[in-house]
Amino acid sequence: MPGISRKVAAALAVSASTALLATACTGQSSSGAEDDASKDTTITFWHAWSAPNEVAGVKALIAGFEKAHPNIHVNVVGNMTDDKMNQALRAGGSKAPDVISSFTTNGVGKFCSSGALVDLNPLFEKAGIDPATTFPKAMSEYTQYDGNRCAVPLLGDAYGLYYNKTAFQKAGITSPPKTWSEFEADAKKLTVPQGDTYKQLGFMPDYHGWETTTDHYMGQFGPTYFDASGKSTIATDPAVAGAFAVQKKLVDDLGGFKKLEKFRSGLGDEWGPKHPFQTGQVAMQMDGEWRLGMALDAKPDFEIGVAPLPVPDDQADQYGKGYITGTIAGIAATSKKQNAAWELVKYITTDTDAVVGFSNAIHNVPSTLAALKSPKLKYDPRFKTFLDIAANPDSSTSPASINGGVYLTTIQQLGYDYESGKVTDLQAGLKKAAAQIDTDIAQAK
Amino acid sequence: MAATYTLRAKHRRSRLRTLAFLSPWLIGFTVFFAYPMISTVYFSFMHYDGFKPPTWVGTKNWKYVFESYPFFWPALRNTLWLVVIMVTLRVLFGLGIGMLITKIKTGTGVFRTLFYLPYLAPPVAATMAFAFLLNPGTGPVNSMLESIGIPAPGWFNDPSWSKPALTLMFLWGVGDLMVIFMAALLDVPKEQYEAAQLDGASAWQRFRFVTLPNISPIIMFAVVTGVIAAMQCYTQPLVAGKVASGVIQGAGTSFQPGYPEYSTLTLPQLVYNLGFQRFDYGSACVVALVLFALSMAFTALLMRRRGGLIQAGD
Repeated sequence: MPGISRKVAAALAVSASTALLATACTGQSSSGAEDDASKDTTITFWHAWSAPNEVAGVKALIAGFEKAHPNIHVNVVGNMTDDKMNQALRAGGSKAPDVISSFTTNGVGKFCSSGALVDLNPLFEKAGIDPATTFPKAMSEYTQYDGNRCAVPLLGDAYGLYYNKTAFQKAGITSPPKTWSEFEADAKKLTVPQGDTYKQLGFMPDYHGWETTTDHYMGQFGPTYFDASGKSTIATDPAVAGAFAVQKKLVDDLGGFKKLEKFRSGLGDEWGPKHPFQTGQVAMQMDGEWRLGMALDAKPDFEIGVAPLPVPDDQADQYGKGYITGTIAGIAATSKKQNAAWELVKYITTDTDAVVGFSNAIHNVPSTLAALKSPKLKYDPRFKTFLDIAANPDSSTSPASINGGVYLTTIQQLGYDYESGKVTDLQAGLKKAAAQIDTDIAQAK
Repeated sequence: MAATYTLRAKHRRSRLRTLAFLSPWLIGFTVFFAYPMISTVYFSFMHYDGFKPPTWVGTKNWKYVFESYPFFWPALRNTLWLVVIMVTLRVLFGLGIGMLITKIKTGTGVFRTLFYLPYLAPPVAATMAFAFLLNPGTGPVNSMLESIGIPAPGWFNDPSWSKPALTLMFLWGVGDLMVIFMAALLDVPKEQYEAAQLDGASAWQRFRFVTLPNISPIIMFAVVTGVIAAMQCYTQPLVAGKVASGVIQGAGTSFQPGYPEYSTLTLPQLVYNLGFQRFDYGSACVVALVLFALSMAFTALLMRRRGGLIQAGD
């Protein structure tokens, strides 16, 4: 083979594989539906639940819907990730979902702004349902972007404080902390060193650990994230700097980043029975309401206490609030059966008995104000803490953004850099992160 | 006149026959290379999220990736690190193991199998096993190092050790190269070694002047395929970073590949992040094109510099 031909052939062979990476840079979508929801039809519902009790809960929820709507049959597909849903929403086709349910609220802004999910405002209006009076404030907020309500809350998650009551008694602490100063003092009292590691750590403050993400923390500080013009406020809102400062102080006071990271790397799986709170390795844990059932199932040898997370010292009057997030449901823009799909979405998100039944089955916070007060709601008395956090008007969420959760990832990255000591000037770091968030949003427009 | 016509018709038939034989490749080339390539260049100048019609934005995506996307330069540096360090070590290690196994008299089959087996391990399983072995807190490797007084590294949890940890894992799975090198080494004519020995050549001189020239095409093959594999490295760094970070995607959590401190980010991860998580197809196409250009540049460089590696007439 002549030299030049071989070069060209080799170059083409190399580049062909690379080019394959780029083949997916194309795609099309379509929308619109004129289906008759009173006729016999089958719709497809994708959700993310996978645990056996959760799958059984979904099955019961759908059985209730099919009983109420005998002409609409639902093909349920579980264990779907957001990435798969996003691809299917773009690709469409006969096997694509008509209704999706996602575990994260971070993608709502992207779902709404791109038109991946249909705006449900006209459908709510037609059905005579007012979302503002149906759903708790924070949940109502995180299911819309720029006036477009392309999602509906389908159960919610409220973040609170789990604490080891037995360890508290041993350390002489009589009640859960209400402010971050009290929390810090308690975390130090609860920390029992063992060599160059810990026998018991009061609290695992690293952002990389478990549920301790920046946005979950910041719910306790009430940040705004964006101003009226959509520009990032993280460099100017003192709540954000306050949250970072509290977390960094905890990291430093409890042993330093390296020591904590080494300890964290040896801890058990977040979703398994060896979760460090359940094994007694960590005495306090920031987590969602689902942790109670998981922790009780693990049968720990201590008593579990539950309380709202602390608030900043100057916001003591707002003790009881928390970070709220949850699962969302929406109708695919590519669906040809949007009227039937709406019947399903309406039932699973606004029918009080359906919402309560599903909440009882999977131990999540009900997502309508009526369901939160329903006498049919069965729960451990400690679960009430999360119901109160969800209904608290000061509870907050992270707002929807045009590029989904990219701004949260940027803040999280700053969190990693600040806690590890890579970034030492917090204000400069916040300014840089705010500029990055604005650039990313401009890029998405 | 009639003879000329017959000749032309014959040539035309011949051309058509050639094209017919070439058509499978031509169709494949057009569908799987030319069209995607042109589309990638086209979409790199468009704003496109998969739903709304694409709109022309000029060089905005290029500027964004090179000037504002915070992950591009760290990912490029990491990819280049893997290309240079990991590929070099893999080739040296594969060649070394291959040479050792060809030298031993008995049990060759056992050793060959033992060294080849790790290569068959699925990438995710292999990475998770290494993350377990190299866990700084509970991993047996660090326990052993600590027991003999050697300071234990943070491996996948330390930005300065994460890439060496990845390299270690790739060296463990060097079985493919070992087999290829063994075949090449056994193919070196024995009489050349005998002649060199008679001339008084030392072991190093025999390797330098007999073995190396004979296996140089195979070394070139190993380097080129290694560079391509390193360029496309996606799964192992992603899984290692994810396992080490402890972040599990669930309600309200978000995971940005690259833990710790961008050290395991690679360019293919950015193509996925931009294209299929952010749905910024334009910027994803820019990164894909950078990857393509780099692959081309490395291959061209290796072909041009092959000099002593491949002998004339190969």
